[in-house]
Amino acid sequence: MIKEISGSDSIIYCLDPRVKIIIAILFSVMVAVSDRFLVLISALILNLFIIITARVPIKEVFKRLIPVNTLLIFLWLFLPFTFAGEDLFSIGSLTGTREGVLFAFRITIKSNAIMLMLIALAASTPIFTIGHAMHQLGMPEKLVHLFFFTYRYLHVIHKEYIRLVNSMKIRGFKPKTDLHTYKSYAHLIGMLLVRGFDRGQRVHNAMICRGFSGKFYSLSNFSISRADVIALILMAGFILMLVILEWTQTT
Amino acid sequence: MHISEGVLSPAILIGGAVVTMAGVAIGLKKVDNENIPKMGILSAAFFVASLVHVPVGPSSVHLILNGLLGLILGWKAFPAILVALALQALLFQFGGITTLGVNTMNMALPAVICYYLFGWGVKSGIKQRVFITAAFASGFCAVLVSSILVGFSLYLTGEAFLPAAKLIVAAHLPVMIIEGIVTAACILFLKKVRPELLEEINV
Repeated sequence: MIKEISGSDSIIYCLDPRVKIIIAILFSVMVAVSDRFLVLISALILNLFIIITARVPIKEVFKRLIPVNTLLIFLWLFLPFTFAGEDLFSIGSLTGTREGVLFAFRITIKSNAIMLMLIALAASTPIFTIGHAMHQLGMPEKLVHLFFFTYRYLHVIHKEYIRLVNSMKIRGFKPKTDLHTYKSYAHLIGMLLVRGFDRGQRVHNAMICRGFSGKFYSLSNFSISRADVIALILMAGFILMLVILEWTQTT
Repeated sequence: MHISEGVLSPAILIGGAVVTMAGVAIGLKKVDNENIPKMGILSAAFFVASLVHVPVGPSSVHLILNGLLGLILGWKAFPAILVALALQALLFQFGGITTLGVNTMNMALPAVICYYLFGWGVKSGIKQRVFITAAFASGFCAVLVSSILVGFSLYLTGEAFLPAAKLIVAAHLPVMIIEGIVTAACILFLKKVRPELLEEINV
């Protein structure tokens, strides 16, 4: 099932979502463009600290890092052997290079650091709040609306999907590698689209009846508090420090 | 077919973000305020469809369906895919903030290309054989182009990725065939059950 993470009673939860989004974006970009190990490792350590402050259950964090790291394993299988450089080890006729291993290692740290930041953001901010904050940060209104509707109906459509799959199972459907299976799945998806489309029509009509004027109102007003300013300055300072570290080391 | 965070070079990340922004801008222009609830629910349906795993021999693959999305939504596939990927990032941590642009481009651009190449073939009044071929081609080509774009994004980051890039395209060959079949069957189903879905939205 589609589930959100929650860490709802932390200091980070109380911060202004706009501040959190800006910090998360700046931080991710910074990590994505840096190359020095010193910078990346300090970013990773900072992130662990943030995750702990955000009170995300550790088990949950690990569970959510699994998909990223499975992709990374794929890269580890390749990069050491395809990257040109000094030989480090060899398996049969394949030789792994030092540079390749370092490169793969760097990617691993980067990926995990950016993901931890995203987990901290997602865990400490409800999705609807993220939508409203993005709107205030200048995202086009239409895109924000689309985001809200998609999120709202995700669960509904997913339930519908489970219902359809169950009814297929009851009728003895067993997925195999054949045309019949693919056709059945295609019809299942077609049915989801048709029902989604009809529901969309009904929802739209109902909204018009209730005087929907194309605007969403947020019940919570965002306001910048002292804690927000401190968090922003602290994080901006830290990111700036990383930038300087990265820049001075490479020249 | 997500590229994970921290792999690509800054230039590629920026390039992808720029293309995505342009695509989303064009797509949003074509969206009426009226149609947003409908589109949102369709995006949600596609999001769920991408969680469907179909068997291939002993293993299984999940559907992508960007070809189908392109046929139904045209340029609007850009905002729809962007929103779906953003939600995937927030809910499951598949992909993150900095790769959102590139990943959206890699999925949505083929959808738009297929819309222009094959969209004419899935209208009413077209012969059944042409109809099915166009739908199959759309599903097939969307995944083909996507995998090539993913391969290119990796290759342009560093030559060391070349074997990985090749493997990605090769590994997606069965997916392309399955996507073709599923897209064709699905579009055929929609034509029988709800033909206006194919006609109405993609103006």
